Amino acid sequence: MSPLLEIRGVSKSFGAVSAVQEVSFSLVAGEAHALVGENGAGKSTIVKMLAGVHRPDTGTLLVDGREVTFTNPADAKAAGIAVIYQEPTLFPDLSVAENIAMGNQPLTRLRQIDRKTMNANAVRLFARLGVHIDPARPARGLSIADQQLVEIAKALSSHARVLIMDEPTAALSGVEVDRLFAVTRALRDEGAAIMFISHRFEEITALCQRVTIMRDGKHVCTEPVSDLGVDDMIRRMVGRDLSALYPKQEATIGETVLEVQGLSRAGVFRDISFQVRAGEIVALAGLVGAGRSEVMQAVFGVDKYDSGTVTFLGRKLKPGNPRASMTAGMGLVPEDRRQQGLVMELSIERNVTLPRSRALAKLGLLFGGTERREAAGWTKQLQTKFGRLTDPVATLSGGNQQKVVLAKWLATGPKLLIVDEPTRGIDVGTKAEVHRLLSSLAARGLAVVMVSSELPEVLGMADRIVVLREGHVTAQLTRAEATEESVMYAAMGAS
Amino acid sequence: MFRGRLASWDAIILALTVVVLVVASLGVPNFGTSRNFTFLVLDLMPIALVALPMTLIIVTGEIDLSVASILGLASSLMGWFWNNGLSIETIIPLVVVIGAVLGAVNGLLVNALGLPSLAVTIGTLALYRGLAFVVLGDGAVADFPFTYTGWVTGTIGGGPVPNVLILIVALAVIFGIVLHATPFGRSLYAIGANDKAAHFSGIRVARSKFWLYVASGAIAALVGILWTLRYSSARADNGSGLELAVVAAVLLGGVSIFGGKGNLPGVLAGVVLLAALQNALRLQDVSGQALNIVTGALLVLSVLLPNLASSLRTALQRRKRRQAVTS
Repeated sequence: MSPLLEIRGVSKSFGAVSAVQEVSFSLVAGEAHALVGENGAGKSTIVKMLAGVHRPDTGTLLVDGREVTFTNPADAKAAGIAVIYQEPTLFPDLSVAENIAMGNQPLTRLRQIDRKTMNANAVRLFARLGVHIDPARPARGLSIADQQLVEIAKALSSHARVLIMDEPTAALSGVEVDRLFAVTRALRDEGAAIMFISHRFEEITALCQRVTIMRDGKHVCTEPVSDLGVDDMIRRMVGRDLSALYPKQEATIGETVLEVQGLSRAGVFRDISFQVRAGEIVALAGLVGAGRSEVMQAVFGVDKYDSGTVTFLGRKLKPGNPRASMTAGMGLVPEDRRQQGLVMELSIERNVTLPRSRALAKLGLLFGGTERREAAGWTKQLQTKFGRLTDPVATLSGGNQQKVVLAKWLATGPKLLIVDEPTRGIDVGTKAEVHRLLSSLAARGLAVVMVSSELPEVLGMADRIVVLREGHVTAQLTRAEATEESVMYAAMGAS
Repeated sequence: MFRGRLASWDAIILALTVVVLVVASLGVPNFGTSRNFTFLVLDLMPIALVALPMTLIIVTGEIDLSVASILGLASSLMGWFWNNGLSIETIIPLVVVIGAVLGAVNGLLVNALGLPSLAVTIGTLALYRGLAFVVLGDGAVADFPFTYTGWVTGTIGGGPVPNVLILIVALAVIFGIVLHATPFGRSLYAIGANDKAAHFSGIRVARSKFWLYVASGAIAALVGILWTLRYSSARADNGSGLELAVVAAVLLGGVSIFGGKGNLPGVLAGVVLLAALQNALRLQDVSGQALNIVTGALLVLSVLLPNLASSLRTALQRRKRRQAVTS
């Protein structure tokens, strides 16, 4: 079978950084093809070249065996390539049907937009995908999963034959993943070529026939998924054997560090109470939307709450004052590191020292050297990979960005560290490093609150698990009591 | 890359400033004289001083367009207080404090109510100028004591260096240290680039920006006093349109209108460039309207050029790489 899309010896560098070197592989019709690699392996760069965002420095792209050059995303779209991103980019105030038709709206004879045909097209596409979304409703308020389905419908409406899905499942619940996979399988069987990027191996084995593995910008291998076990895939991705992913160390549990009592915020969470002690890792588990991040942001003070108290190291914390929490010894590694955790345009060193710049100043003045030494020390300790400390933090891969956020808060010498989805979207190797770090910090007496949507991570790391559902605590489980079933039961409710 | 681009933009502005100064000295009669140097410094004084807090405000991604109106209102108040028998020693601190209060009003509207600074300060631009006319009407107050007017127009030891240069240098050093060597300055860049991440890092976003507006109002009022003394004339329309020149100089100096980028030395070069160009053209008997065209064109160029420069650079890099590969 001749490949639908082929990339041949493609390389791309950004400044001195070589992102992709001499990579070749092909996608054939009726195949779902997984692309895996650690963060920084070059997967996103490949996606962006196929989407027409970046141009390869060398090498060729072929569609149906013919060489093509994409100078912009419209070219890629015209060649039948559609990309579904992790966070879809719909126009929130336009209707679903308008979003789908964007760029090639059907016209009436008077050159007006033909709404009837437009809506009918949307209905037809959704029927083909087997999903029910009202085409007349605005895109605002659709779940991420539904937004992705709208994007897929949009791709179908422009007759895309190659569907590239860049970590589509990262923000989806189990049921939503199943529905997305059903749709994807149907498209594959109709003759589309699917490129699927994910960090979740069970999804790859469930969906894909072949897998291409990349490491450090280079092509490692392309093989049938059935020939490779998950262990094999991981080994080839990281180039070494992984020690245990969840290296839990024994810690002596000390005094109560944080006590949250009856915390409520109208419409978001109510009557939340729990304690965290020194040396303990407490996980907040639950489904996406259960209010876990909101609770911890209120505890730290970046968000407000209506009633209840937060007692930290024996003192009541002022609500809505992150600086007071920080000074008292609390740190928050937020869920969204691009928007909340880092200032992407600023340098690595400025990001690391941002919460601490007042402590580093002498007589109110800052000297570059102090900040640099501080940043150099912490980035080294966390084995962060970067060019220079003065490079913008945006140039780092996701895993290394997360290390910068961790460095930034560890530098403040916290007594309590809140980590919200600490390993989301980062590769297995770095994931294990982050787990080892949290575990060893707890062993040294740090209290840790970890919000996580990954059950293996929750079960592997936590001493205690607080489960939230729809804004209230449904269970508090010890490490011994917790199983996948007991946590999920509490998270989903009795059903 | 970020640092490289800034450095190169600074270099361009500095080179351009030197070119303008040299060409004007050689080609424009009277430009290079010590007498004209005195006038050049006096002319650039308002732009330079108001540009200092403006730089900090634009670094946080906000703007203050009401500065020229605060200047005018300060001038009117000065005349009105003088007519009502207050001593000049009382008037000066009083007017500066009133300027700070006018700035605080901007700051509260922008930060406590969360309104967009562009809209708020266009509103107070009209409001404060209107108040200036309410205070003094169309008239002028001219009889200020020579001790003060003489100091503003005078020079150090009767040489070419005007007394006000001391003030400019002192304030520039203070603002430079605040922006480039204090935790507060660091936080302004973080606020401008991503205010949410700044909030999550324990930075008091609204409070920091509030104080910048207070500083901006106080400096604008101080410039209103200096302006009044320089021309011995308190008028409600003093300094009309100055905000345009200030914003042009700040952007020309490499500060990003979107916030998060820029430095004070670059801005000072931008001020000198703009003032030298205007001064040289004025010596050539170019009309005031034509000077506005120059200011406007520089404003557009200062936004356009960095964009052109960076896309040119990426194009060149790509070509270089292609050649390296094919050869």
